[in-house]
Amino acid sequence: MDPECSRLLPALCAVLADPRQPVADDTCLEKLLDWFTTVTAAGSSLLLLQENPCLVELLFRVLKSQDLSSRILSFSLRLAGIFAAQEDCFQYLQQGELLPMLFGEVGPLGGAAWTAPAVRSGWIQGLRTLAQHPSALRFLAACGAVDTIFSLQGDSSLFVASAAGQLLVHILDLAMRGPARGRCSPQACDWPACAQKIVCHIEDSLCSIATPQVTQALNVLTTVFGHCRGLWTQGLWVRLSPLVARLLEKDPVPASHSLVDLLLSVARSSVPSSDRGLWETLAQTLSHLSPTQAGPLALGILKLQDCPQALRTQAFGILLQPLACVLEAAAQAPGPPGLLGGAAGDPMTADTLLCSKSACVGLLCCALTHLGLLQPLPQRPSPWPQAPLLGAAVTVLRLCSGSVAPTSDVGGRLCAILVGCGRVQRAALDFLGALSQGAGPQESVTQVFSVLLEYLMSPESSSMVLKKAFQATLRWLLSSPKTPGCCDLDPRTQLFLRELLPVLQKRLCSPCWEVRDSGLEFLTQMTRHCGGQAGFRQALLASEVPELTKQLLQDPESYVRASAVTATGQLSSWALLAAPASPERPGAQQKSLLVELLHVLCADSEGFPRRAVMQVFTEWLRDGHADVAEDPERFVARVLQAASRDPDWEVRAQGLELALVFLGQLLGPRGSHCPCAVALPETAPPGTLAQALPEAAPPGTLAQALQVLCRVQLFEFAFRALFDCDRPVAQKSCDLLLFLRAKAAPCGSPQEAGDSPNVASVEATLQRWQAGEQGQPLGYLEPGAVMAVLRSIDLEGLRDTLAESSDHVEKSPQSLLQDMLAAVGVLGENEADCY
Amino acid sequence: MKLYCLSGHPTLPCNVLKFKSTTVMLDCGLDMTSTLNFLPLPLVQSPRLSNLPGWSLKDGNAFLDKELKECSGHVFVDSVPEFCLPETELIDLSTVDVILISNYHCMMALPYITEHTGFTGTVYATEPTVQIGRLLMEELVNFIERVPKAQSASLWKNKDIQRLLPSPLKDAVEVSTWRRCYTMQEVNSALSKIQLVGYSQKIELFGAVQVTPLSSGYALGSSNWIIQSHYEKVSYVSGSSLLTTHPQPMDQASLKNSDVLILTGLTQIPTANPDGMVGEFCSNLALTVRNGGNVLVPCYPSGVIYDLLECLYQYIDSAGLSSIPFYFISPVANSSLEFSQIFAEWLCHNKQTKVYLPEPPFPHAELIQTNKLKHYPSIHGDFSNDFRQPCVVFTGHPSLRFGDVVHFMELWGKSSLNTVIFTEPDFSYLEALAPYQPLAMKCIYCPIDTRLNFIQVSKLLKEVQPLHVVCPEQYTQPPPAQSHRMDLMIDCQPPAMSYRRAEVLALPFKRRYEKIEIMPELADSLVPMEIKPGVSLATVSAVLHTKDNKHVLQPPPRPAQPTGGKKRKRASDDIPDCKVLKPLLSGSIPVDQFVQTLEKHGFSDIKVEDTAKGHIVLLQEAETLIQIEEDSTHIICDNDEMLRVRLRDLVLKFLQKF
Repeated sequence: MDPECSRLLPALCAVLADPRQPVADDTCLEKLLDWFTTVTAAGSSLLLLQENPCLVELLFRVLKSQDLSSRILSFSLRLAGIFAAQEDCFQYLQQGELLPMLFGEVGPLGGAAWTAPAVRSGWIQGLRTLAQHPSALRFLAACGAVDTIFSLQGDSSLFVASAAGQLLVHILDLAMRGPARGRCSPQACDWPACAQKIVCHIEDSLCSIATPQVTQALNVLTTVFGHCRGLWTQGLWVRLSPLVARLLEKDPVPASHSLVDLLLSVARSSVPSSDRGLWETLAQTLSHLSPTQAGPLALGILKLQDCPQALRTQAFGILLQPLACVLEAAAQAPGPPGLLGGAAGDPMTADTLLCSKSACVGLLCCALTHLGLLQPLPQRPSPWPQAPLLGAAVTVLRLCSGSVAPTSDVGGRLCAILVGCGRVQRAALDFLGALSQGAGPQESVTQVFSVLLEYLMSPESSSMVLKKAFQATLRWLLSSPKTPGCCDLDPRTQLFLRELLPVLQKRLCSPCWEVRDSGLEFLTQMTRHCGGQAGFRQALLASEVPELTKQLLQDPESYVRASAVTATGQLSSWALLAAPASPERPGAQQKSLLVELLHVLCADSEGFPRRAVMQVFTEWLRDGHADVAEDPERFVARVLQAASRDPDWEVRAQGLELALVFLGQLLGPRGSHCPCAVALPETAPPGTLAQALPEAAPPGTLAQALQVLCRVQLFEFAFRALFDCDRPVAQKSCDLLLFLRAKAAPCGSPQEAGDSPNVASVEATLQRWQAGEQGQPLGYLEPGAVMAVLRSIDLEGLRDTLAESSDHVEKSPQSLLQDMLAAVGVLGENEADCY
Repeated sequence: MKLYCLSGHPTLPCNVLKFKSTTVMLDCGLDMTSTLNFLPLPLVQSPRLSNLPGWSLKDGNAFLDKELKECSGHVFVDSVPEFCLPETELIDLSTVDVILISNYHCMMALPYITEHTGFTGTVYATEPTVQIGRLLMEELVNFIERVPKAQSASLWKNKDIQRLLPSPLKDAVEVSTWRRCYTMQEVNSALSKIQLVGYSQKIELFGAVQVTPLSSGYALGSSNWIIQSHYEKVSYVSGSSLLTTHPQPMDQASLKNSDVLILTGLTQIPTANPDGMVGEFCSNLALTVRNGGNVLVPCYPSGVIYDLLECLYQYIDSAGLSSIPFYFISPVANSSLEFSQIFAEWLCHNKQTKVYLPEPPFPHAELIQTNKLKHYPSIHGDFSNDFRQPCVVFTGHPSLRFGDVVHFMELWGKSSLNTVIFTEPDFSYLEALAPYQPLAMKCIYCPIDTRLNFIQVSKLLKEVQPLHVVCPEQYTQPPPAQSHRMDLMIDCQPPAMSYRRAEVLALPFKRRYEKIEIMPELADSLVPMEIKPGVSLATVSAVLHTKDNKHVLQPPPRPAQPTGGKKRKRASDDIPDCKVLKPLLSGSIPVDQFVQTLEKHGFSDIKVEDTAKGHIVLLQEAETLIQIEEDSTHIICDNDEMLRVRLRDLVLKFLQKF
């Protein structure tokens, strides 16, 4: 331990044990415990206690004090646990009878302090930390702690109850981990007494008629099978599985959620390899639970890597049931075999669907979500009933919009329940989107597009539903097949697009900003992926969407403006903003967009649109956007000038990103030997440039490049950023300058310009900037001077400093101790740092 | 209690409730959908309309060609538009004591009732209802009177001829009762019969019932009504809204514990959510104007227009429409916009608080100030000087048959750049557009109806739990076009009773109690006797005095004091009209104990039979029956008065006398 900390520790212990000086801040105590954990992990706890007797003294004083706060008591219990985790230290504390006094019946356990949940929690956590060695087990047995833990499982505080369960698991694991315990027999006559006791308690609880007790036992077992890897778990399952199976005989099945968790936990453990009976229990459980309860179990089973096909079929059937019922109820006439191969829907599922709105909505949402989660998994059931699932999703959506007219009574009631239900609409649209990954028969896809269009058009669709509808539409459009022989959209998709764009146009005029925003996001994504396809270009240019998008740059809502910036940037990248009416002035429209975006960057009062502009500009530069390519130097100079003044650090950081792209283009990307003035679009992620040392550029081109960089005032921007008050900006700038310095290594020697007055003044300015006076500009810099300055700055040192978290000074244990003492006035005022 | 249903239109009700001794008319709605059968009245001579061909029968007979004109396959009556009045034959309307008005849309038939039926009662309505109702009537009269039509078609109404006409004329109902619009004089006379009331104000009707208006949340001053006596309560819910728009919120709590709840005026478009429709309205408006087109919004001069202007106030800047002029054209535009700002106490809380800032409650004041919204009484005059396109015009009438809207339809109908957006739900937009076909302008249907939908009704009924619900038959089944939508009907237990036009409904509850007051001196004279803990009885001899539906028990008249000369008087003269009172009996006879008593008194051979109402004790030897029932005991023995009296005395032993 740091000698300074050792010096402060006695005073702190005195403060902690003094009830007249309450410690106001709980987080200090937590930090103190963290520190002690670190200290004891690094060295001997025994030595620590011997060198700092004040610590043991603190524990004794805490025990004696009557009116100490519960949080100090809790802290002391946890602290003692940390020390006693090492066996020699445990013995040391035992000699002083300190541990029984803290954790035994004579301690807080019997006192008034026990009523505070914090004390009970501290007691459990102390024991949890302490229980690391055989001596601890004996101690637990001797002081009767296990019985107390049993009772704490039903504690009124959920935190305490949960921690008690976990402690039991930990003790059981510790007891069973002893040598030669690997192959315990199910009879368990040779199990340690402590483990026997816990297992018997679990058995009793499983047989209890009180559901909370059953839940506790199931939760403990779930943790056991989830965390303990020993072979003994297999024996435990053999012993307990009959009791678990007996739960299924009750109606209703008690603690069904916990039972499902347990069974899945067991199924994921090593048990199935030894006990095939587990699959049978799972199958029984699936058939006993209600449709709502069985859903999560079915999903869990289907996610298992290795499980019998019959069980998977059963589980999949459960997930499909609700949708099968919907399909059956909405069917106009007996159609082709549906989801369940023609079998009728389960009457129990149908009953659940019809019994109340909340049950119906809950069951359908779960089924849709579960199937959506299953869809992309490699182990999803095969064959995957893509077509009936598409039909079911479309039917659910139509029932929700009231646009389907079921003839059956059940269908009518379902329609009445579901119509206008936003939750089901959202879940169904998500599911429909997920289904886009698979193909479907022609007529199903036509139905999908028609229902999506219906939702996008409907004035009844809420903004969230519309967002989901846009997302699903995007996924279907992107997954739609391309016309054979060329990369254009197929005729059906084109037809859909032509119907979609007027709808998008209307949505972009919505009075609800969320809708405008979703519309713009959709447009951006669509353009990003299909901007080069003739069909899409044709349809888009024939619509008013590009013009409307541009108008939204003036939207009153900043999020919409930001999305409009991204969308127009994307449209412009694909030359989709150009007005077709003025062929004699190609690019005129786009130029004005550049000016407009620059205006947003300089004048917008909100950060989001400005950040979006920087991203668009970076992308334009990287991709060689026509406007930028005309005069990249001027473009970069203007953007960097605007970004350097920006109050938003993300804009400044994005400015450095743009500068890096520019550097890459000037000096050549990493590994390239032939940099040219304006390189082809850069593909390597710029952020990685600084990490790997770039290869040096030939001196001739380098000098020209440095001239360019000086002209665009990139150095002024980067140097300012180096001393930015926001660490990410400074870090990025540091990386950029390191990259530049490495690239420019052969460019002259330090003697060339190192002594010029220019360098001295630059260095003086930089020092002032570092001190916080950033008013003075650097002025025009010569490349030689820049390189000299670059060499003179300790960039590596700066990078290391920046890599430390900003509060590394304040986080030191010494600072923590000082703060705690200062808070109670033991130290002089104002000596503590604020954090 | 009876309900006479005079209107078949669920949102324009007119019902008469006979309750106790009063006859109360609930609303006075005027069904104006009849005007859709007529040709529009153009403000400016329209060659297109005047050159429409006359209609002739299939056999070429053209005797109706002066009255009926054909336009794009539809046939219209070329005459002054006429309205379908409430039923006048079902009940003698001169017997109506009071008329309760729930909102300004539901009083448009008032002049027909008050001026032409012998009505002599009072009309009750809130102030905004009357003022805005007056504006609506004034606008209607103005629209029709300023385009005088020489011709009044009546030949087509002949039943034999009507049969030969194409639909929908053929199917039009009660055409013989259709009437031309009233005059301003009739309007003024009708409105003079209205007495203003405030929310929760209790109004006594002849001492028999009390009526109270409650806020219904639908429009400025709109009300639901409670009609109650001491023991019965009828709630009349008409045109209510739970949405937060400009009016005061709906008072639901006062509707609780009703015996009967009459439910009318639900939303006419249950599938359209007003919020979604407003969004649709704004989007389409912006799209049209951005393309250089004009937008026409046929509307009433009050109501939803206030909310639309408020939405546009927030929307126009974001949509870049700040430079687009908005015109509101109506003979009552100015009054409507100004009235809305002065009825602060009838507005929702948010708007009320603005008044104290002080700010105008509605933002249309600012739109007017900044010249973004301009209003004119008609297209003639100043408007033609200021008119700038593209623009947005709000004007009436929503039926598109009269008013300035006719002119704009003729003016803009030919261009596909323009759009007409229907926001009022009262008229089918396709029927409204029929005489303007073929039409190039875009038509958008965004009906905004803030009245209760079926989900809200279901919650309301659960909340207020009336014993019986009475509603128009349209609400008891899904709409014909969406017969699968079981959610679009009233679902309650017991099932709602439905009514249709010209039907008389006996309301399903009987009046069982009446409150009677006892004069203090009479009460003083009573001697209650406790017959079981907490229950005391006393006999009362009194005179029941009934006047103005109040019942009072007064002490019986004292005998006249002997006049001076006579000093002695026979005792029997004291209360000449009163017979000697027999004591009243109470209690029940325990059969087993009674049988034991009989045995003790020497009766043997006793048999007891159980009957549906009690027991029969049979004294076989004496050939005597004693029937013991809940509220009577009979001793039946032949010609043995001694025995009867003995048995009677034994029975009386078990009963209390007072």
